[in-house]
Amino acid sequence: MYKYDNYDQEMVDTRVAEFRDQTRRRLEGKMTEDQFKPLRLQNGLYLQLHAYMLRVAVPYGTLNSTQMHALADIADKYDRGYGHFTTRQNIQYNWIKLEEAPDLLADLAKVEMHAIQTSGNCIRNISSDQYAGAAADELVDPRPYAELLRQWSSFHPEFLHLPRKFKICVIASDTDRAAMRLHDIGIQIVKNDAGEIGCAFYVGGGMGRTPMIAPLIREFVPLDQLITYSEACLRVYNRYGRRDNKYKARIKILVHEMGKDEYARQVEEEFAHLLEQGIEPPLAELERIKTYFQDPEFKTGLTDKADRSDENFARWVDSNCMPHKTPGYVAVTISLKPVGGIPGDASTEQMHVMADLAKEYSFDECRVTHAQNIVLPHVEIGRLNELYGKLAEAGLATANIDHIGDIIACPGLDYCSLANARSIPVAQKISQRFAENGKGETLGQLKLKISGCINACGHHHAGHIGILGVDKKGTENYQLLLGGSEAEDTSLAKITGPGFDEAGIVDAVEKAADVYLAQREDGERFLDTYRRIGMDPFKEALYA
Amino acid sequence: MPDNLGTSPNEVQFRFREDEVVDHPAVTVDSFLDQSNAAAVRIEPGDDTRELLPHLGRIKLVEVNFPGFMDGRGYSAARVLREAGYEGEIRAVGEVLIDQLAIMRRCGFDAFAPADMLDETDAERAFGLWDNVYQKTTDGRAPIWQKRHG
Repeated sequence: MYKYDNYDQEMVDTRVAEFRDQTRRRLEGKMTEDQFKPLRLQNGLYLQLHAYMLRVAVPYGTLNSTQMHALADIADKYDRGYGHFTTRQNIQYNWIKLEEAPDLLADLAKVEMHAIQTSGNCIRNISSDQYAGAAADELVDPRPYAELLRQWSSFHPEFLHLPRKFKICVIASDTDRAAMRLHDIGIQIVKNDAGEIGCAFYVGGGMGRTPMIAPLIREFVPLDQLITYSEACLRVYNRYGRRDNKYKARIKILVHEMGKDEYARQVEEEFAHLLEQGIEPPLAELERIKTYFQDPEFKTGLTDKADRSDENFARWVDSNCMPHKTPGYVAVTISLKPVGGIPGDASTEQMHVMADLAKEYSFDECRVTHAQNIVLPHVEIGRLNELYGKLAEAGLATANIDHIGDIIACPGLDYCSLANARSIPVAQKISQRFAENGKGETLGQLKLKISGCINACGHHHAGHIGILGVDKKGTENYQLLLGGSEAEDTSLAKITGPGFDEAGIVDAVEKAADVYLAQREDGERFLDTYRRIGMDPFKEALYA
Repeated sequence: MPDNLGTSPNEVQFRFREDEVVDHPAVTVDSFLDQSNAAAVRIEPGDDTRELLPHLGRIKLVEVNFPGFMDGRGYSAARVLREAGYEGEIRAVGEVLIDQLAIMRRCGFDAFAPADMLDETDAERAFGLWDNVYQKTTDGRAPIWQKRHG
């Protein structure tokens, strides 16, 4: 994986010094909270309901064991012994003191990490496929391109005061595991008819209160123009994105109101101009970055069979292991969704365990997924039994990836100052319900996503089943949505009808699941059945 | 439309130019485009900077106004001017704060007339904080990728 050189290290060190000075000036009263707010946000620091929350960037979700150990230590030293992995492949701490934040950032910098631009109206941490470098179906490893974009977008002087936040995702296979088209810019690395590698740009997607699937803006941007084209996309947005209403300020609204063709035309114009400015790093820089993402030294002649005599182990393999491009290996997903647990949370001890296991079983690498789990990308099939035993000891062997218990949930009203309703207790009750009734496994792939407010951090629009928490005359109420997908068959979920109270929404999810179980045909997932039979049968069951 | 809305030389707190401080009253972009003799113009966030490009030869001062520091359109305005070859003064006016100084420099601003005077020591630190940069702009600084590859 990528390793900082002296320049990269100096940049994060300087950033820590800068933020330390900004914090000092704030604490000395030399700037107002309004002036300080965007500065702390661009260092990942939010003021939440009970305390400051700090979001640490995990670029394209990739971590080594040293970094994971450091994240565990930070949970211990500055928080209450746990961290929360997020839908943008980052990690958040919920109980941070402002005075200690500069020291925390300094600790991160020691392991080549930072919290730069994890919040605020700027280009955020770049996300990617959690199986990058491992997936059999990828064209190339997308992470070198994401790293190139990370450096370009970090401290970009023109784009630190955008109309609104800006999220970029880079993938390199037709199977979308990163919700690419629900980003402000989604980039798919593709090969053109001439056999050259380049980038397809999808611009103007997003969730939030106005969900949109990003349209294709340009089919092919040559690799040696990737930064220049990105800069053109951003400049048109910075100049024309709406600033009169923060709810209409995302680029999706601009692209929608302007029309994708007109947006694309203006980008082309800006692009032609910027090509003359020589702002593109040479291809040698991309090649330099690529050297850090070469395959580890995979062994050959490995067994492709694990001992499946233990039923629980076999179930876990079927649900949590993903085929690898190299014979004898799989990518293992560690579920952070134990029955009744808080989705995405890991304790200090669990983070240390995962770090150790990444080192021992996966070439010192792990990944954070947008579904709030952790991946060990390169595990020998012959060592899976051993690994499973160690995960089980640490409470990390839940076998439910992409099943109904593998719930994406935002922090909700338990932590978040924007939330209208709690997400965590609903997630806990649903996972408990489906563990008790035994239907979880029978249901197969069923992605359930819960947001505690319309901002959609829990991706409810993209859930096969989505739940949106709203405030109904002072009480928490939950709307049910069906039919969303964040994958390559991207679709937006639709609301079933009137909402439910907390107990009611758990029943409603079970009723919807039962409709599927009664109506599914061979091989159909919940989503497929919904798409075939439509909303009506579900409505009948829910509101009869 | 009120003209003569520009800042005066004594309001300029920081300047990175050798030439004499420009002391023309700045006019709005609309007024500028209507007049043939104006030499100073003030860009507001909603103005289209590119309308000025045919007239760069007669402009001695561009003021870019930041009515609120969160509105970042002025950064693009300055870069568009520099990329078009404008070499005159670009003065940041309005809500200009310590932590915007370095990035404004990167975008081509070379004079600063903040509505509220800034602490000199803090400002000096801010201007000199970053030894290196990741992006190429028109400020002449070699980005890190250029240093890596010579």
